[in-house]
Amino acid sequence: MATATFPQAARLSRRASLLRRALSGDSLAQLIVFLAATAILALTALLVWELWSHSGPSRAKFGWDFLRTSTWDPVAGEFGALPFIYGTVVTSLVALLIAIPFGVGAAIFLAELAPPKLSDAMTFLIELLAAVPSVIFGLIGIFVLVPMLTKIVPGLKDALGFLPVFAGPFYGVSLLSAGVVLSVMVAPFIISVSREVLLAVPRDLREAALALGATRWESTWDIVVPFARRGIMGSVFLALARALGETMAVTMVVGNTPKIAASLLAPGYSIAAVIANEFAEATSDIHISTLIELGLVLFGVTIVLNAAARLLILATGGKVSQ
Amino acid sequence: MTAGGLSFRRKAVNAFMLGLTGVFTVLAVGILFFVLGYLFVQGGFSLNWDFFTKLPVPVGEAGGGMANALLGSAKVLLLATSIGVPIGFLAGIYLAEYSGAAYASVIRFVTDLLNGVPSIVIGIFAYSIIVLKFGFSTLAGGVALGVMMIPIALRSTEEFLKSVPVSLREGAMALGATKSRTIATVVVPAAIRGLISGMMLNLARVAGETAPLLFTALGNQFWSPGWRQPTATLPSMIYEYAKAPYEDWHRQAWAAGFTLLALVLLVNITARSIISGGLSHKPR
Repeated sequence: MATATFPQAARLSRRASLLRRALSGDSLAQLIVFLAATAILALTALLVWELWSHSGPSRAKFGWDFLRTSTWDPVAGEFGALPFIYGTVVTSLVALLIAIPFGVGAAIFLAELAPPKLSDAMTFLIELLAAVPSVIFGLIGIFVLVPMLTKIVPGLKDALGFLPVFAGPFYGVSLLSAGVVLSVMVAPFIISVSREVLLAVPRDLREAALALGATRWESTWDIVVPFARRGIMGSVFLALARALGETMAVTMVVGNTPKIAASLLAPGYSIAAVIANEFAEATSDIHISTLIELGLVLFGVTIVLNAAARLLILATGGKVSQ
Repeated sequence: MTAGGLSFRRKAVNAFMLGLTGVFTVLAVGILFFVLGYLFVQGGFSLNWDFFTKLPVPVGEAGGGMANALLGSAKVLLLATSIGVPIGFLAGIYLAEYSGAAYASVIRFVTDLLNGVPSIVIGIFAYSIIVLKFGFSTLAGGVALGVMMIPIALRSTEEFLKSVPVSLREGAMALGATKSRTIATVVVPAAIRGLISGMMLNLARVAGETAPLLFTALGNQFWSPGWRQPTATLPSMIYEYAKAPYEDWHRQAWAAGFTLLALVLLVNITARSIISGGLSHKPR
């Protein structure tokens, strides 16, 4: 009522309160935090712009052929990225082939079987495994895994050598070695995200299945896992995005040879590895530009995978853990 | 199959598959202990006082250390923290306390995307905005890691602030505090343990990053004075020494790996125990 009767006084008091708020820094504080949030949008836009503009010369010169041809010879000025794309995809698929059964299996154990205390303790350890820096995995890869595979692979070749994926000589560094190292690195993500998704499955579903006479495994595999499948798919996408972009561990064990070989035992290369190896030493502007275009490709693919993963995980009500 | 009981086959499948999931879990945890054990043995034997106090020696000479890389990493991380944490922290306050739903979800989505960008691509970004103008430097390495710290700083700040009960805010405001004062003197202090441990986890995560440093901080066999010169860092030294063909360098790579892993895991364990010790709410 005061406002109606004494408009002037109201305006005055409003002005006074505005002044008071400005003096106490309230609006200023709001402005600062707003700018910080907006800075993130600007930074991301700048990131995309820098990748796009610096890869311009490469895109203009090679067009789509850049992604379709397979000769990589910086000295001769020939740039075809297919071997890197191939190596990236193959190592990541090998990693998933190993990590999915392990990861989902362990997640089932942690969510469905283990007592809560044990489950929490083991999850803690698995999250520590995820915190191990990738260069450490590379170190273990070079000095432990590669010698170990050199011992195992001859036996593997005796048994499965007729398959093209296990053909040819084996020097230790290979697509297979990179895939195995990657599988260890991405499994923790599959485990911790899948576990959360499984834990979010309503209890009644399990109880109903058990009450109908299903065994523990049947209720888990036929009821709980299908219910959580989208979330588990999401965790796999997250793992895939990580595997595709992983640099150090792959660089150290993949062999760094820009060739396309059908055999997993052959050395290969990956997008991230070639950027890591050649960027600091690239001599020509077009070479730098092609490497930045490779970065753009990697960026695009991981963005799509991450977005898909988040949508899938949200759809099953799990929480994205990182 | 008898009428009352389960068939043998179903029981066997049940026991086998459940057992298998247990084996997978034990294997996953076993790999952690294997990595730890291997580094402790290899690195522990390779570690000596020289490692922390001396410069690297030229190829062919034995001995030397990585003192310059330790200092280089510390400087890069200091710079990264002073870039990434303030931006992430303030933006986190905005998301938790101020913003409307639509703008918040845009920022959250973009932040998640930024978080998913491979670290090597962040390296390219730092190269194009810093290295092209100022050259390979501590500055460029710090910016690269700083950008990587923003998303996690933001999300952990937002989560921990949101876990503070609304009644605390209402109490402060009822006593006449302005919104910014409420946040600064009531909400943030109430969440401080979580905020600090979130930042520690964030720091531990980027401390092991190597890829974005390869062509920003570049590397250096000597001390790197100031912020505008190339610098050695611990992770990039591990990489460089591991791929070199010298026995003594491999020994040093193990020592460096051991040091790095010990620091990263120590910070992780400390931070996680701070979180679980002091807060009922436990974000993951």
